Amino acid sequence: MSLLGLTVLAFAVGRYPVSISEIFSVLFGQQVSPNVETVVLQVRGPRVLAALIVGAALAAAGTAYQGMFRNPLVSPDILGVSTGAALGAVLGIFLSLNVILIQLFAFAGGLAAVGLVYFIGSRLRGHDPLLALVLTGVVIGTLLGSAIALLKYLADPYNQLPAITYWLLGSLAAITPRELGAAAPLALLGLAPMLLLRWRMNLLALPDDEARALGVDTRKLRTLVVAAATLMTAAAVAVSGIIGWVGLLIPHAARLLVGPDFGRLLPLAMLLGAAFLLAVDTLCRTIATIEVPPGVLTALIGTPFFLWLFALARRSW
Amino acid sequence: MLAVENLAFGFPGRTVGRDVSFALEAGEVMCVLGPNGGGKTTLFRTLLGLLEPHGGSIQLDSSSLRTLSRAEIARRAGYVPQGHTGYFAFTVREFVLMGRTAHLGIFSAPGKKDLAVADRALESLGIAQLADQPVTEISGGERQLALVARALAQEPKLLVLDEPTASLDFGNQVRVLAKLASLAASGIAILFSSHDPDHAFLCARRALLLAEGRVLEIGAPREVIRADTLERMYRVSVQVLPLPGGAHTCLPAIRP
Repeated sequence: MSLLGLTVLAFAVGRYPVSISEIFSVLFGQQVSPNVETVVLQVRGPRVLAALIVGAALAAAGTAYQGMFRNPLVSPDILGVSTGAALGAVLGIFLSLNVILIQLFAFAGGLAAVGLVYFIGSRLRGHDPLLALVLTGVVIGTLLGSAIALLKYLADPYNQLPAITYWLLGSLAAITPRELGAAAPLALLGLAPMLLLRWRMNLLALPDDEARALGVDTRKLRTLVVAAATLMTAAAVAVSGIIGWVGLLIPHAARLLVGPDFGRLLPLAMLLGAAFLLAVDTLCRTIATIEVPPGVLTALIGTPFFLWLFALARRSW
Repeated sequence: MLAVENLAFGFPGRTVGRDVSFALEAGEVMCVLGPNGGGKTTLFRTLLGLLEPHGGSIQLDSSSLRTLSRAEIARRAGYVPQGHTGYFAFTVREFVLMGRTAHLGIFSAPGKKDLAVADRALESLGIAQLADQPVTEISGGERQLALVARALAQEPKLLVLDEPTASLDFGNQVRVLAKLASLAASGIAILFSSHDPDHAFLCARRALLLAEGRVLEIGAPREVIRADTLERMYRVSVQVLPLPGGAHTCLPAIRP
């Protein structure tokens, strides 16, 4: 309910205020002034929807990863999806490609990075499989990070560097209905297996031996979850750029409210993630005359919240 | 129920034990004794298909372990690992319900019948009152009982318990051993390890003495648990004393 209210509010506020009755008139196909219709459907509509989808996707992926890695400090970036997407986008900008190609590069970069990490990590036998995966993710992430740094150094400081910086800070400002139409089905495709497997996902939170002794093929299940979470995150990041904190914080907040059972946790985390990012993005475009990048605000709000949670945290998550 | 022949076991690239052969029948309790690092846990993990055997064969419920899927193994054999604390805060009931996984379809959640099985398992171990508490906030002994309840919820024919008494107080140790005896009486085969030879005297029909990955002796506790075998395994001096009424107990001696 409050998410609905927030959505309506997000439609209403901004440089061109729209009354609530006007919003409903547009949504239900009644005649209104063309200005209002453009603002609601073309400008704010995609952006509001994007905030909801990206927020929900990042929160869902974070929830899955925190359970799977048995660690509440894990975010969807742990296997390098964001860094890979960033490298893809930065490369696209560096090569002066158009927006569609840049987003495609970002999406492909995210998938490729996790694919590489998973390929290497699952071949390091004789170690705890999760530890191997995380360490590979960290190492490959650092490598990709230095590749990004190199491209930034080589980039044209007047045209390309600002675009790169802007992308790395994340933004929902330039989203078009067509991009949304491409990202949303991919995110949904990633969500489907998580929803279907929501009970079985709980067992990934047990030590590997225990889950297997209870009858779960942990390797298969883990591969599926990584693929689903990566697809969701890459689709989200490709249109929004890097937006931190949502995937780390929201699962925490949800777990504090309903406990660790994935069946209850996942829907709540998605609702909270959607609401949080929509609120942040609405603040971003209204608190100042210029747009504040959401990556800045999520961190600004997220850091104290996270430290507060961490200070309260007992060992039992 | 379980037949092991010439088994060699260990980790990938490192064999820990070899030449292990024994058979365990339905309704029988066998206690595995041996020093730390003697290979007890590694043997158990291999018997459950969690580690690849390095040689020999394992028959579980008349099927070769190799041919069984994870779920098929889980419907036959329940595993109680050595307790630890790194769990998320699932309630005890949610935790025990995870034992039903192998009986469920891949996309299903537990239903009424599963809930009934889980609650019965909790009751039979006397921890029904803990059902709604987080598994992270109960004592180590209670968590051990919850692990046993979870294994019982699998409705297994064989129960493998790795030091089920390790973190328990004296009373709970005896209660768990009594529970093992009564489960065996209901037809479940039970294989457990312990650091206390007296536990084998209390409830096992046979004892398997495992040292440096090999079977030192196997047989009735009274015949194989002797001063010389214990001294050889643990490198301390021990007396094995007969008690009035036919029982036996082990008494270590400390030489100044």
